[in-house]
Formats: sequence, structure tokens, C-alpha cells
Amino acid sequence: MTDRYLLADPAKRTSGVNRQVVLPFKKSLEISFKQIRVRFFRSLITTMSLVLAVSFLSFASVSTDVVNGMLATGDPALRQALIHAGYDIEPDATNVGSSPKQRWIIILSLLVCVVGIVNAQLMAVTERFREIGTMKCLGALDRFVLRLFLLEAAMQGLTGAGAGAVIGAVFSLINATLIFGTVAVGNVSWAQVALSVILSAGAGCLLSLAGVFYPAVLAARMQPVEAMRIEQ
Amino acid sequence: MASVHHIVRVSKVTKTFHLGKVKVQALKGVDLNIAAGHYISIMGPSGSGKSTLFNMIGGLDKPTTGKVFIDEVDIAQLDAYELAWLRCRKIGYIFQTFNLIQVMTALENVTLPMIFSGMHNDAATEKGIRLLKLVGLEDRFLHKPFELSGGQQQRVAVARALANDPAIILADEPTGNLDLSTGEEIIALLKLLSRERKVTVISATHDIKMLNVSDQVVWIRDGRIEKIDEREELSISVGRIGVRE
Ligand SMILES: Nc1ncnc2c1ncn2[C@@H]1O[C@H](COP(=O)(O)OP(=O)(O)OP(=O)(O)O)[C@@H](O)[C@H]1O
Ligand SMILES: [Mg+2]
Repeated sequence: MTDRYLLADPAKRTSGVNRQVVLPFKKSLEISFKQIRVRFFRSLITTMSLVLAVSFLSFASVSTDVVNGMLATGDPALRQALIHAGYDIEPDATNVGSSPKQRWIIILSLLVCVVGIVNAQLMAVTERFREIGTMKCLGALDRFVLRLFLLEAAMQGLTGAGAGAVIGAVFSLINATLIFGTVAVGNVSWAQVALSVILSAGAGCLLSLAGVFYPAVLAARMQPVEAMRIEQ
Repeated sequence: MASVHHIVRVSKVTKTFHLGKVKVQALKGVDLNIAAGHYISIMGPSGSGKSTLFNMIGGLDKPTTGKVFIDEVDIAQLDAYELAWLRCRKIGYIFQTFNLIQVMTALENVTLPMIFSGMHNDAATEKGIRLLKLVGLEDRFLHKPFELSGGQQQRVAVARALANDPAIILADEPTGNLDLSTGEEIIALLKLLSRERKVTVISATHDIKMLNVSDQVVWIRDGRIEKIDEREELSISVGRIGVRE
């Protein structure tokens, strides 16, 4: 049982009080990733609501791009097809925006999604009180805990929102092709579609971070004793 | 007596908990000096305030009145960074419920405090392996806590407590969830560490087995220190443990 460290010279131990504690970014990333992987199924469900809301946003946005692409051709037959399909197009309009009703539905779906994320993350934090308390006993600062939770949410947000944006765009293009035929996809501005996808994904990431912020701050502020007193 | 280095000094500490309108005074004025390198057991019935005192000494909770000094530093004066540093480098904690981080392997659990202290990854891994060997877990590095028995988990916790060569190890009922012989192994391990490494071990316990290895036993009852027994005065010899000289 004798070991070099066992016999480490006690006089060499640091004395006095210092203030240097660190958690390198790479390590934070590693821990957060591990947390997600271990709770994969739960993460999947949390992410699912985000995927749905973001794909809806992306669907609406790309559909508008498709319509604008068709209008830009100036072909009266296409314009007629659009009006026939239910779009309100002014006689001299060259592009359309989303209708107020559509915007409301999108905002509502995003709100529902944020509430869902807050709820799921509050549960995740409660479940991990003891772990948070332990980490603090080992020397973690409030901001380490905060960072771990934010990173976790950012990773979930990135995958969820990214997947949602792409799914929404693909469905929108398929939908347009089914209604108008290949002209719909033929005339669309791909730069616009890419922008729509990126913006939707970005909005999703922000929502994911917004949803985790309150639970994460709550977790980070916990005193170690409070955190560990809670029975699990 | 003046030359004795008191690593922990508790001075007139009281702690009152407020439960709605009801006040519970868990500590009613505790004075305690702990010499560096000693093995101290804090004994007392359930609810007597052992864990509360433990939390005060460990800087995990603040006294209502009174002061706690670690190495002659008043811990109430420390800011968040200094307190984190103290928890990271000066004190190693061992809990009744092991409190390992479930998503991490044994080795990762042990290296985490070293990472916090700024140690390089490879050096931390190397030292983590050494510490796990020291506590007798050479073939369990990559196991997760739920794949280990209670005794093995507590060994990992001991190794983790040693990660940054702390001056003090605080153990709140370290054998509370272990069977008799596993508990004895953990006590023997703590005693060995205290003797070989000159670590001050402070352990709250119900466990009579602890008496054999203690340099000092602090009896606490109803929030007050009832008496302090020095090693020489201890005549109890229940279940002698191998490490005793
Ligand atoms: N956070 C708290 N809020 C309210 N009361 C508390 C709190 N912590 C401890 N107490 C009270 O303080 C007293 C001492 O509790 P403590 O946990 O220190 O006892 P203990 O000696 O560790 O007991 P045990 O051996 O059962 O662990 C108890 O009466 C308990 O109810
Ligand atoms: Mg207790």
C-alpha cells in the first residue's frame, strides 16, 4: 500500500488561501456531452418539441420563398395557380409575406415550445441537485454549473433546431411540388431558402437557450448544503 | 501547547434554522480546536447536530453566530472564489451517500477536483489511477458508480477526497451505508491516510468502530459538546481494527 503519493510530504501542501479554480472549455463540453448521451431518451423528448416548432417556422418561411420564386417569373399562369391555391395576391404584387394569422400561429407554437423546454429543464435541474451540490463541494464555481447547463442546452438546441429547420424546408418543397409541380422548385431562390433555414435554426437555438436560462441560474446559485439535503 | 498547529478552530458557533415560525437551534455554542494530523471522531445521537457542525467546518454552510477558522483563516471572510478554492484544495469531503457523479467513471470522478485545481489532463489521469490503486480499485477505473458496490463507491469517494492532497478530510458518516466489514475497511483506509499522509480526518459518526482509531473523540449532544476524550482515555475496544498500533 505504500505509494509515492501516499507519502507525499505534508509540508509541500499549499498553504494559505488562493482563488484559482478552473474548468477548461473542452472539459465542460465533454461533461455536457456525456450528460446528454446518458440521458439520451430524455434529451430526445426535450428536443422533439423544439424540432416540431422550428420545422413549422421553417416550413412557413420556405413556402413563402417558393411563392416569391414563382411570382418572380412574371408568368400569369403561375400567378393564377397561386391564387387558385388560396394565396391572397394583389394584382400588381411581386412578392408575398406571411399572413398575420400565420405569424400568430408560429409565435404561439414557439411559445409553447419554450414553456416545454423550461419545464423539461427545471425537471432536469431538480433531478441533479445532488450532483450540483457535489460539484460545488469539489470546488466548482457558480459559473461552471451555469456553463454546463447552457452548453447542454446549446448542443440540444443546435441539433434540434438544425434538424427541425431542414425537415421543415424539405416538407415545404415537397408540398409545393405536389401542388404546383416542378416549376415551384425550379424557380425558387436557393439563397433565400438557405437563409430561411439558417434563420429558423438560429431562432430555435436562441429559444433553447432562453428556455434553460432560468433553471440553470437556479441550479448555479444553489448552496451545496441545500442542494444535497434534498432527498432523491 | 502553544506550538500545536490548529488546522481547524471553531469558536462559539451557533446555528439556528428557521422552519416557518419555528426556530430550531441545531448548534448552541460550540468551541473546538483540532490539531493538524489528528483523527477526530464526532459522536452523538441522531439529531444532535453532527452534520450541521460538519457543514460549518467544511464551509458548506454559514454559522448564525461565531466563527470557523481553517488554517487560521476566518472562512466567513472568504469570497466565492476563495471558498471554492478552499473546497477544492484544502478539504476533501466524504459523504454517507457517496455522492459520486453518476455519469462519470470512477477515474473521471477522481480527476474532476484535479481538473478544477488546474492540473493538466494527463497528469490528473495518472494521479487518479494512482489514487484508485491506493484505495484498492486497480481494476475498476472505467466503471460507472452504479456498476460498483457501496464499499467500492465509498473507496472512489475516498480517492476523490484525496485528489488535491487536502489538509483535511471531512467525512459525514462514511460508513453509515456500509456493512460491518466494509465499514471497517473504509475506517482502516482513513486511519492509514491520516497516519501516513498526516491528513487531518474529521469524521461524524454513530459507528463505535471509529473509536478505536480516533486520536480524539468529541461527544456532542443536543447542539453542545458534552465531552472530549483523548486517545489515552479511551478504554473502549469494540471490534479492534488491524491498523491500530
Ligand atoms: N436545513 C435544516 N433546516 C431545519 N432544521 C435543520 C436543518 N438541518 C438540520 N436541522 C435540525 O438540526 C438538528 C441537527 O441536525 P443534524 O443533521 O446536524 O443532526 P445529526 O447529528 O447529523 O443527526 P444524524 O446522526 O441523524 O445524521 C436536527 O434537529 C435537525 O432537525
Ligand atoms: Mg447527520
